Amino acid sequence: MADISINFAGITSPNPFWLASGPLSNTGYQVHRAFEAGWGGAVWKTVGEPIINTTSRLGGMDYGSRRLVGLNNIELISDRPIEDNLREIREVKRAWPDRAVIVSLMVDSDPDIWHDIVRRVVDTGADGIEMNFGCPHGMSERGMGSAVGQVPEYTERITSWAVEASEIPVIVKLTPNVTDVRFPGRAAVRGGAHGLSLINTINSLMGLDVDTLLPIPHVGNQGAHGGYCGPAVKPIALHMISSLAREADIRVPISGIGGVETWRDAVEFIALGSTSVQVCTAAMHYGFRMVRDLTAGLSDYLDEHGIPSVMDLVGRAVPAVTDWGNLDLNYRVVARIDAEKCIGCNLCHIACEDGAHQCIDRIPGQSVPKVDEDECVGCNLCALVCPVDGCITMTEVPTGKPPQSWNERQKLMAGA
Amino acid sequence: MADLKARTTEEVVGPLDPDEAVQEANRCLYCYDAPCIQGCPTHIDIPVFIRGIATGHLKGAARTILDANILGATCARVCPTEALCEGACVVGKHQRPVSIGRLQRHATDWLAQRGEQLFTPGSPTGRRVAIVGAGPAGLGCAFELRRAGHAVVMFESRPEAGGLDTYGIVSYRLPVAVSRWEVEQVRAMGAEIRTGVTVGRDVAFADLVRDYDAVFLAVGLRPGPKLGIPGEDLAGVYDALDLIERHKRDQYEGVELGDRVAVIGAGNTAVDAATLAVRMGAAEVMILYRRSEAEMTAYRYEYEFAKEEGVHYHFLTAPTRILGEGRVTGIECVRQTLGEPDERGRRTSAPVPGSEHVFQVTSVIRAIGQAHPGQLWESWGLEHRGGRLVVDPATMRTSHPRVFAGGDASGLTRDVTVVDAVEQGKRAAHAMAAALGEGEVA
Repeated sequence: MADISINFAGITSPNPFWLASGPLSNTGYQVHRAFEAGWGGAVWKTVGEPIINTTSRLGGMDYGSRRLVGLNNIELISDRPIEDNLREIREVKRAWPDRAVIVSLMVDSDPDIWHDIVRRVVDTGADGIEMNFGCPHGMSERGMGSAVGQVPEYTERITSWAVEASEIPVIVKLTPNVTDVRFPGRAAVRGGAHGLSLINTINSLMGLDVDTLLPIPHVGNQGAHGGYCGPAVKPIALHMISSLAREADIRVPISGIGGVETWRDAVEFIALGSTSVQVCTAAMHYGFRMVRDLTAGLSDYLDEHGIPSVMDLVGRAVPAVTDWGNLDLNYRVVARIDAEKCIGCNLCHIACEDGAHQCIDRIPGQSVPKVDEDECVGCNLCALVCPVDGCITMTEVPTGKPPQSWNERQKLMAGA
Repeated sequence: MADLKARTTEEVVGPLDPDEAVQEANRCLYCYDAPCIQGCPTHIDIPVFIRGIATGHLKGAARTILDANILGATCARVCPTEALCEGACVVGKHQRPVSIGRLQRHATDWLAQRGEQLFTPGSPTGRRVAIVGAGPAGLGCAFELRRAGHAVVMFESRPEAGGLDTYGIVSYRLPVAVSRWEVEQVRAMGAEIRTGVTVGRDVAFADLVRDYDAVFLAVGLRPGPKLGIPGEDLAGVYDALDLIERHKRDQYEGVELGDRVAVIGAGNTAVDAATLAVRMGAAEVMILYRRSEAEMTAYRYEYEFAKEEGVHYHFLTAPTRILGEGRVTGIECVRQTLGEPDERGRRTSAPVPGSEHVFQVTSVIRAIGQAHPGQLWESWGLEHRGGRLVVDPATMRTSHPRVFAGGDASGLTRDVTVVDAVEQGKRAAHAMAAALGEGEVA
């Protein structure tokens, strides 16, 4: 059995799965239940001066018959008194000494206020602090959340206020609502952050009710943009996580967040540089019990692949991610259709004909179309639209040419 | 009696729940050049209507269905879909095919409940077409002609239009209300339907040919031959279609099936009659068939349905005498053996001498098929072969240049389903419209 326990900047937990800060980690009652279900840690819902929420806060995006491929919210930080939160944090940590209890914080951008709240959190016995520099709605209009996270200088300075008052690791949670997440990431590290967590939610307007033309969700007759999360944001999260993991000057661990629903997602997040993995939408959707398949699936995956510890998986796929200019221009794949598996839907044909390179032809009297391999550019579209697993395979064909990237090619041409 | 009503009218296959319909619609792959469309005789654009259900555009779904097949609500219930659209569904290669029939019903039921008319007649052309018979072929033809703007007068000998949909398919497969709604759709398009008028008796065929630019014959079939065995006139011997008609009209007076019912024949109408007998309370219902399981004309699902309903099949069993004094008390049968295939490829059967045996029964239902109206064709001067009308399959034109035919009466194929009949009506309408437009017919 593989070891799935982790050490994140000194914070240990029996597995890498932490509840992300959100409605599901709002109370001691919930975090107790989560730990009973098997979660390795929890990031408490952001503590700060209590706010007032609106009612009607969440909006979902469905795809086909699947609910919540995306979730958006306009809920703010905790609406409970700081004292209540801190008391319950202390109780939970005492009851679950082996679990990671991290407290998300968001207060006014004032060093004294930060020093004070950090000391009070450290006093609870919590394992770490997560600075919420990411919330993209509501709080940002008050100069907090992503209003800080979008300005690297603010990020660095405020991080340093927390770090100088803290005896426990400080994680900075980054907003994806920036052009290049490496800038605030570097700033947080310069400010002394012991770890980074990302991504927070993405600016979004979920949609309209087409009968009333009111935004989803709407408060009375108006709506506001919210923070988007759920399975649909996963590729954005993976890009941002891996881009930070590739940074030579960022040596702190990363806590990956953004659409994790299955153990497979977790493997991807970990292999692309996450030491811990935070989950919010999926646990809000299915309840805390879903962690069982995450831990069992991850453990079995590690065993199947002969990886003794999950810590050995962290960042393993990062070297496989590079810039486009380093990709081999002489590598070639073509589509091959398995006629035995083909059901004759011809979605590959029409996709290639209208959406790609016109190289999958229909043969009169036959239901299985034929790839013109000479014309096939290997774009993958046909394999992506094919509804039958393993029917269309993108197969490597030798070009007889040595590997050459665009960057190498440019260099050669400059030399010539 | 209320119980009898429930048992004989509640549909065997229920409607899809709205969420279930969306889920099922999402199973459709939206194939390019989808094989299901070719599997449908009327070529309904199935992926398009299913996408309408998936996206909450039920009106569009219903429009797509009815545009190709005005009897889409009936066909959704009675089509042998596993041999047609669902049989062609590519999802079915590895999994259960998409439930196209039930989705079609979901969309058409939605429209029927909403009571909206989606189609409008074409601009009047001044041409007039007479349609003889307001069953599926006649309705399919009338709808297409009205869309093209031709005036249509339908002559229907029965009190109500709809043909077998109204009179000949059991209510737990096809409620009368569905057929009536479809008739109303055609009527709302401006087709005049004259019921209770028999062409050849109340109106002369020659007058129709004289007074109209074209005539479409969709007269269906005639009552089938009798068994030709002693005892057939005893009380308690019924014709299956007569019985089903009484059931459809909820007029059971004088029908006394008793406890033990023998149905002669093993086609779809035999299954309807047998299951109806079960639902009317018979304790023992048997189907007697002179050939074997392999030669049966009933659809597989009808056969399975009959067995589920508790109907017992006796194959290679031919009736020789119906027994009783005044009223049926039994039926004498003889065992059969199978011989060589006949001209349709079905193996013939021959009696085994000395194998006579008797079933004690309280009634006998004859379901051995209907007959082509050869005498009618003869008297109307239309070419036929052995009673089967000769038509050009491309145009449905008979030997008379202005007379077309479709449905059971066309004689084109041996088994004409509702969807086939609609398609033949459409085909004839298009041929007539083309001819009328060119002035060729008139």
